[in-house]
Amino acid sequence: MGKITLKQVRKSFGDVAVIPGIDLDIDEGEFVVFVGPSGCGKSTLLRLIAGLEDTTGGVIEIDGKDATQLPPAKRGLAMVFQSYALYPHMSVRKNIAFPLKMAGLPVAEQEKRVANAARILNLTSYLDRRPGQLSGGQRQRVAIGRAIVREPAAFLFDEPLSNLDAALRVSMRQEITELHQTLKTTMIYVTHDQVEAMTMADKIVVLNAGRIEQVGSPLELYHHPANLFVAGFIGSPKMNLIDGAEAAKHGAVTIGIRPEHITVQDGGPWQGVVGLSEHLGSDTFLRVQVDGVGMLTVRAGGEITLRHGDAVALAPQLDKLHRFGTDGKALA
Amino acid sequence: MATQSSRIAARIMVAPSVILLFVWMIVPLAMTVWFSFRLYRLLSPDRTGWVGMRNYTWFLNSPDFWLAISNTLLLVGGVLAITIIFGVLIALLLDQPVWGQGPLRILVISPFFVMPPVAASIWENLFMHPQNGMFASLALGLGYQPVLFMEDYPMASVIFIVAWEWLPFATLILLTALQSLSSEQIEAAEIDGAGPFNRFRYIVLPHLTRAITVVVLIQTIFLLGIFGEIFTTTQGGPGSASTTLPYMIYKQAVIAKDIGRAAAGGIIAVILANIVAYFLMRGIGKHLDA
Amino acid sequence: MARTYSTRRKILTTAAAWGVALLIFFPVLWMILTSFKTEASAVASPPQLFSADWTFENYAEVWSRSDYPRFFWNSVVISIGSTLLGLAIAIPAAWSMAFVPGKRTKDLLMWMLSTKMMPAVGVLIPMYLLFQRLGLFDTKIGLVLALMLMNLPIIVWMLYTYFKEIPGEILEAARMDGASLWNEIVHVLTPMALPGIASTLLLNVILAWNEAFWTITLTTTKAAPLSAFIASFSAPQGLFYAKLSAASTMAIAPILILGWFSQKQLVRGLTFGAVK
Repeated sequence: MGKITLKQVRKSFGDVAVIPGIDLDIDEGEFVVFVGPSGCGKSTLLRLIAGLEDTTGGVIEIDGKDATQLPPAKRGLAMVFQSYALYPHMSVRKNIAFPLKMAGLPVAEQEKRVANAARILNLTSYLDRRPGQLSGGQRQRVAIGRAIVREPAAFLFDEPLSNLDAALRVSMRQEITELHQTLKTTMIYVTHDQVEAMTMADKIVVLNAGRIEQVGSPLELYHHPANLFVAGFIGSPKMNLIDGAEAAKHGAVTIGIRPEHITVQDGGPWQGVVGLSEHLGSDTFLRVQVDGVGMLTVRAGGEITLRHGDAVALAPQLDKLHRFGTDGKALA
Repeated sequence: MATQSSRIAARIMVAPSVILLFVWMIVPLAMTVWFSFRLYRLLSPDRTGWVGMRNYTWFLNSPDFWLAISNTLLLVGGVLAITIIFGVLIALLLDQPVWGQGPLRILVISPFFVMPPVAASIWENLFMHPQNGMFASLALGLGYQPVLFMEDYPMASVIFIVAWEWLPFATLILLTALQSLSSEQIEAAEIDGAGPFNRFRYIVLPHLTRAITVVVLIQTIFLLGIFGEIFTTTQGGPGSASTTLPYMIYKQAVIAKDIGRAAAGGIIAVILANIVAYFLMRGIGKHLDA
Repeated sequence: MARTYSTRRKILTTAAAWGVALLIFFPVLWMILTSFKTEASAVASPPQLFSADWTFENYAEVWSRSDYPRFFWNSVVISIGSTLLGLAIAIPAAWSMAFVPGKRTKDLLMWMLSTKMMPAVGVLIPMYLLFQRLGLFDTKIGLVLALMLMNLPIIVWMLYTYFKEIPGEILEAARMDGASLWNEIVHVLTPMALPGIASTLLLNVILAWNEAFWTITLTTTKAAPLSAFIASFSAPQGLFYAKLSAASTMAIAPILILGWFSQKQLVRGLTFGAVK
């Protein structure tokens, strides 16, 4: 249960090809995150899988069966929306029971499943409230509850945390990850936030302009970005990308190096001046203007005392250098 | 933002409304077109036949025709002007902090609930009647001659009555719009040095554009067909002084019993209504991007 | 931040507002007062705001001379019937326009409204003949249909503006949850749009109640509503004012009272959703 395969899936709105053709395998029980900048087609792809939009071409298989023409309700998938999309006129209990009622389940069974979902999500004491009386995090949990009672083949999440404040986002992130570990159901999660992608995913699909840039585990993407786009998108702060003469020295059009792979070191090859230093306590991020290289972000220790205007020498760890060719693809 | 199946469902669900309205519009319209080319007089039922454009030429050449057109436009324009100007003023007043907002609204909205024949007959009899009306008593009490409203100022009287009926509508829409204007905007303008007039001119009035658009659209729809108020009060008179296009058609159909001519008038009215509708919809479609 | 106003200013604006409001309301008030006067004091000069000889005589006489309950019942059936039927037809149409808009949606909506601009008098004779031929003349069913079609564009438009405020994601959620189109409309859309539907219902009941062209021309006795009832009283001269006022009051009282009680809902509906 829960294997989804996309074969040459295409989507156009009028003359505009939003998704020119995507092949993707999602295995049973996997937590897959679609990540990319806004407008990259990740939400559209999710809606195609959900059946809320028609495909222009290609095949969507769910558990080996062609589901391309099936209406959303027949695909056995559940979706959690960005706005939660709770029914404001129904109590939490009725919201969660709604899909079961639509499926015509006996009332006793409905109650059992609602109670079970409420227990898992800590919603038991809120069952008789209306969505309007709940906090953002609670609403989010109701939306998830409504999804899990159906025991779907897969869960689809469309940027579910973007309406929450920062602290709540972190804890909901953990809750969803734990939920995945408990249920072991396939989950497809759309976000523009690469931190969410890194922390939650078994497999990340990086999308850009309707195309897949790279598919892989979070660490694969981090350590072996296939191209400039993935290199720049994954990781925070961003990888430093340097082109020109410095890149040519390494036989590439562009080289990339992550902030943690540059050390402040007397006698280092790169001489620069500190522009900005951000002290996070545990770390300090320095923005350094290096002659002939450009502005670099460097992660240094929390105790470092460099300030604006100080001269500094930097040493890159050459074995961590990423090299990219003219087409933006990583060089072996 | 939808799938093929939901688009098909949408077509099916919108179809009953469209088909019903189309039939409701086209069947009587087709019959009217048919009649408009025929000799069809209820007083001489045995004389029938095709008359070509003669019904139209009679109607267009009738001395009442241009008067009826200008009266129709005067009625629509006059009522729109009165209701919008006074509507804005009253809305501005009611938007101030006052005691008894609720009861005030109830008083102001009341004329809207009064059916047109009742409104017309209250005004005609209880107020504007030259012997027994309240205005006549007031005039006599002050030593003036009573005004013969329906004889001397028939159009003005009709416009006044219709404006009274529609004033609540305009006022309440404008008031609702005013109340949605954030006080921060007004305060910002005040800090920027705008006096009361400039605040109204540059902040309040632009904010009301949309509401005024709705008032114009809805009222025009209803005002173009105004009939009952004239029927109850002046009967289009004296002479043809307060005959509007709908009333002129009515006179042909019901008084002269010449269905052919009335039908020709009906078609002319439909064409004019469509011209007005075209300009109105084009001007307003932009503002109503709800 | 709410601003503080001086009490003096509030007293002045209150007085002005009440003055204007009473002026607007005065004709209705005067009609009601006149309905309780004798015919003699109704035309007394100078006019008497309250007369000494209060009487219910006029109401009794109007009641005994006409079949008020029948007119009243016809008005109720026609106005509520036409509105409910209109809602049943308009809700699916408004759903389509609000949630599956196409390039032509706006044009369609404007076309619907423009059908209302056709002067009714222009098609009076054909309509009369059609109603005769179809056996709808002087029937409640005929008037329910006519008024439903008259108000359908307004109903569709109002519902459309209310539906547009409902986020499409909620309907998509219902679709994901396995709701059929019917269930989506009945269990999700309609309950969510209930305040809007109520406003639409109220406003259109009032419009239908006050319609005074088709209700008069397409009826004689059987199906005649209160608009026809009042038209039959409209040839009074002089000594007839008190009874005319009583009949008028009886014709408008039901809708006036309904309107007063539902004033808040109604104002929202009156704005046709175009003013937030």
